[in-house]
Amino acid sequence: MKEESAVEIPQPLSSGPSAFIPAEVILDERVGQEVMSDSLLSVSHADHLVAVMRLHPDYLSCFLRTQNALLQPDGPLPLSWRHYIIIMASARHQCSYLVQLHSSAFLLAGGDVSWLRGLHCAPPKLQCLQTLNKLLAHRPWLITQEHIQELVSPGAEPRWSLAELIQAVVLMSHAHSLTSFIWGCGIHPEPDCSADEHLPPASPVGPLSRSPPPQQDDTTNHQEWTEAVNEVQLLMEKMMMVQQQDEEFTPEELVTRFERERTESLLEPAEVVPLTLPDSISRFVRDPDFIYQDFSPRGEQSPPTLRAQDYSWEDHGFSLMNRLYGEMAQLLDEKFQVVCALTYHTMAMHTHVDTSTLRKALWNYIHCIYGIRYDDYDYGEVNQLLERSLKVFVKTAACHPEKTTLRMYSCFWRQFRHSEKVHVNLLLMEAKLQAALLYALRAITRYMT
Amino acid sequence: MEKMACVSTVSSRTMFCHLDAPANAISVCRDATQVVVAGRNIFKIYAMEEDGFVERLNLRVGRKPSLNFSCADVMWHQMEENLLATAATNGAVVTWNLARPCRNKQEHLFTEHKRTVNKVCFHPTEVHMLLSGSQDGFMKCFDLRKKESVSTFSGQSESVRDVQFSMKDYFTFAASFENGNVQLWDIRRPDRYERMFTAHTGPVFCCDWHPEDRGWLATGGRDKMVKVWDMTTNRAKEIYCVQTIASVARVKWRPERRWHLATCSMMVDHNIYVWDVRRPFIPFATFEEHKDVTTGIVWSHQHDPYVLLSGSKDSTLYQHIFKDASRPVDRANPEGLCFGLFGDLAFAAKESLMTGEAGRKPYPAGDRRYPIFFFKKPDVTEQFAQVASALSVFESEADGSSRMDWFIKTARRYLLSGKPFAELCDHNAKVAKELNRPQVSTTWTMLRIMFSDPGNPALPANHNMSKLGNIPLMNSFNLKEMSSALNERNKENRQDNLHNLETNLNNDENEETEGSDGQAEYLFGDAELDDDDLYSMEHENQAEEAEFSLPQEAFPLRHEIVDHPSAPEPPAEKPESPQVSGSEAESFCLTPMESISLISVSQLLYQPQLPPSFFCPVVREMLDYYAEQGDVQMAVSVLIVLGDRIRKEIDELTQEHWYMSYIDLLQRFELWNVSNEVIKLSTCSAITCLNQASTTLHINCSNCKRPMSNKGWICDRCHQCASVCAVCHHVVKGLFVWCQGCSHGGHLEHVMEWLKSSNHCPAGCGHLCEYT
Repeated sequence: MKEESAVEIPQPLSSGPSAFIPAEVILDERVGQEVMSDSLLSVSHADHLVAVMRLHPDYLSCFLRTQNALLQPDGPLPLSWRHYIIIMASARHQCSYLVQLHSSAFLLAGGDVSWLRGLHCAPPKLQCLQTLNKLLAHRPWLITQEHIQELVSPGAEPRWSLAELIQAVVLMSHAHSLTSFIWGCGIHPEPDCSADEHLPPASPVGPLSRSPPPQQDDTTNHQEWTEAVNEVQLLMEKMMMVQQQDEEFTPEELVTRFERERTESLLEPAEVVPLTLPDSISRFVRDPDFIYQDFSPRGEQSPPTLRAQDYSWEDHGFSLMNRLYGEMAQLLDEKFQVVCALTYHTMAMHTHVDTSTLRKALWNYIHCIYGIRYDDYDYGEVNQLLERSLKVFVKTAACHPEKTTLRMYSCFWRQFRHSEKVHVNLLLMEAKLQAALLYALRAITRYMT
Repeated sequence: MEKMACVSTVSSRTMFCHLDAPANAISVCRDATQVVVAGRNIFKIYAMEEDGFVERLNLRVGRKPSLNFSCADVMWHQMEENLLATAATNGAVVTWNLARPCRNKQEHLFTEHKRTVNKVCFHPTEVHMLLSGSQDGFMKCFDLRKKESVSTFSGQSESVRDVQFSMKDYFTFAASFENGNVQLWDIRRPDRYERMFTAHTGPVFCCDWHPEDRGWLATGGRDKMVKVWDMTTNRAKEIYCVQTIASVARVKWRPERRWHLATCSMMVDHNIYVWDVRRPFIPFATFEEHKDVTTGIVWSHQHDPYVLLSGSKDSTLYQHIFKDASRPVDRANPEGLCFGLFGDLAFAAKESLMTGEAGRKPYPAGDRRYPIFFFKKPDVTEQFAQVASALSVFESEADGSSRMDWFIKTARRYLLSGKPFAELCDHNAKVAKELNRPQVSTTWTMLRIMFSDPGNPALPANHNMSKLGNIPLMNSFNLKEMSSALNERNKENRQDNLHNLETNLNNDENEETEGSDGQAEYLFGDAELDDDDLYSMEHENQAEEAEFSLPQEAFPLRHEIVDHPSAPEPPAEKPESPQVSGSEAESFCLTPMESISLISVSQLLYQPQLPPSFFCPVVREMLDYYAEQGDVQMAVSVLIVLGDRIRKEIDELTQEHWYMSYIDLLQRFELWNVSNEVIKLSTCSAITCLNQASTTLHINCSNCKRPMSNKGWICDRCHQCASVCAVCHHVVKGLFVWCQGCSHGGHLEHVMEWLKSSNHCPAGCGHLCEYT
């Protein structure tokens, strides 16, 4: 972290939709890429989240369709319950943005205002979800068929039906991954939310300062520029290399590489000090100390990894979901496809670049953090393509989204455009969603067989 | 033949053995004596013997087996009995030679694929040719005498799920893809596929060539379908389609049975089904032994249709014998039930079931047994149980409530646009009244009153005034009292029969409003006539409530609206009474209703009118109510007539939903013009665009019969004017009418005129054209 200390401390932006991305960027690119159909816009009010996501309109339309389908009137769970589930889920990642948004939506949908006093006021049936919520948010690999059985089996009281449960699971994992995006992009709370509930973005940088960032002198500026240009150049070379290399590795080597990526500790232990939660959020959280943890310290026996070939979204996840919650399966499938295929063939100042290896590396790295392993992927590529600062950002935003800081955001890929960083966040969000869904669906499959 | 006999005697019972780990795929050797099972943690060969499976060989050797042993697929060569190939999840293709003397039987290792290999396939007749399909989108052909692939085929797509050599065409193979496509390749031409078509939505997990029919290819996909394609024609043609209940993971044609194929599913469903593709609704046979999803199925011998082997994620290997299979047909009761458009009901059931009920009370409307008018010829090749069904049709009564005549008439006669608002309402009210639907009629009248231009309220008032002269009476008694009294009486009357009620009511009317006396009596008499056993007491009670709530509605309008904000609710109650399409209820409504409209309007002369928006919530509730009751016609009609007055009150989605339902209904009754008008008048973008779909008209040149290009009136090929009017010999640029007999025609008006004076075709072809 030496070189970073030379860089001036970035100040979070106080206006605009995001604390990380200047408002001009979001508004500028929005004009150029206005392809949204009116019908979609009219359904969801143009909030900050949408404003940032609009940098990637193809994805946005897909995302909105899914979200609208999740919150449309038809479905096994009452609308107000669904909002409450999102509140529960986003509170796990201390996302005041979603908690506030859905609290008001909850009331609009005719929800009982007393539930908002805290989880203990909600019906026991919703409280039962808390364990699953906790696991899905932080350690989805621990979900077993027993957890499903507890909720669904005939003896369970109050009992969930499978259709309700699957909707709840999708809602929760949707909210969890969305919090990652919100923290990862530093999205400001909506202005219409009551001011007293505002949380400053949790960043160790310090309180918001209104003063403009100090101007750098030209020499450091120039030096930094060339440095960053070189970084991009280097990354591109590595990508070429990875694409062409045809080396053979022993299987042991591959396993070791996977394990190394998985357990690499990127977070300073000092950061894992439990935060005291503001009341507006803590009332929806039970067991707040339960957070992400690497499977096991190195050397110990780790829980079995999920082999992507044995339980994949395309084959197994979709088929199960299609049976229980058909339309959502289609929408999610489409969303995953769009996000995986999303590319503009650009990298910072370069155009016509095949970024597939880079995107694949990101996707697989996030799945690797969650213990999903692809037999046919060489995790050495992750190490080559993803620089440490990027990994720090990705792992933080995925596993401890509330600890994401502007500094992490600005440290990785310094010459890349903001829209490209948002792209990283999109991949992160979807990969996290898929990982959580896969574990939950696998447990449901096991319960059903 | 000898071999066949031998096969069926060796092992002819259902048996299984436990494996150590879940299986991913299985394959048998040619003579059906041994089977290989492959999975992530298993790779073994079992012999099939009289009393069970016997483990012969474990190919998974070494202390820490590499990922090359983690198999996604395995295939035993059908020519060379020592040769096996596996597809590994890490992208390796491995061949194994059982004849190798050492423990490690691995022969070749090809690591050319970048991602998981999903499928390997040996050429059916060529010893050294192996094909693989991988997640990376490539298919590779290997010559086992060489160290690397001889050709690579790029599917230009994400991943290959299955590859299969054709049984009959030496050079052809089929590949199925994750994006739903199936490609046909010639092994000699690696640059481009021969043919591609989209077979399924979502991944195509498997495909299988028919062992005998040259052109038949069966595919199974994540969309839960099995489709059989005829590939001999220019375009791949879907000839059979079987809908299963889960994603189809494997499909295998049954040997010696032309129309049979076996399937197993990817998830959720653990059974193996054998389908007769001509009978796609119910499986021919089912094997239900597995406790987890079946991952591999294979017929034991290419000439033995009775033995099926399967491996599963539940770590068992089964040999299924056909005679032990369960036959779902035997347990099924073939029955069918369907509602006709006009409320008729058709019911078909097994004849044996129907005959036993001779003493059954027939449906009052008459139960007509139709003679069986079509026979499916029993097909000897089809080993399906033949069932004869009896078909009964229950016709609804001519004047029964389930008839839909009112719907059609209403749809035809309603006016939705083109006149001032008040006139539209009046017209529609009249239509509803004539069709004996007073409640609807009243609603229209009320709408007119609520939303009419406050500038000329006198118009409707005068209209009513002239009808009933002795109004002043009304002001003299306490209306509130009257309504409560009526309600009380209503409660008493619940136990009483209809007659009592009528007399009571008639008395009321006689005392209080002499003007309507005669009319009321007439209507009640009418009700008596129509009174039907079918109408339950419930109906009557509700009808009474509807009637008695009406007076209340009028009075608050007059006195209490300003004082009590809750007062406007009673009007909403009125529509909440069920809409009874019989008659007695409606005749009740009629008389009081008339006086009500009169009262309220005459009062409006003295009091300032409420803004129309005041009624919006009430109207919204009313529309919701009608839609909920199934009368979406009313909801949509009111929506259109009121237009902007109400549109903003109702959310877009609901409106769209109503429009769609109404249009659907209209089209079912073939009321195309009305449905088109509704589409045109709707304001939902999703609805109006219905009119803009498929508006292209393709025309052929009338001279050379070739398709016309879309510009100009002159055919590109024969350089002649197309579509010339036979009368005036000019090009027709608008409506072109032509005789369907001789296909001559021209301008509509020209042809009309011509045929007035002549019977023959204006073109002089001698055809006797008719214009109707």
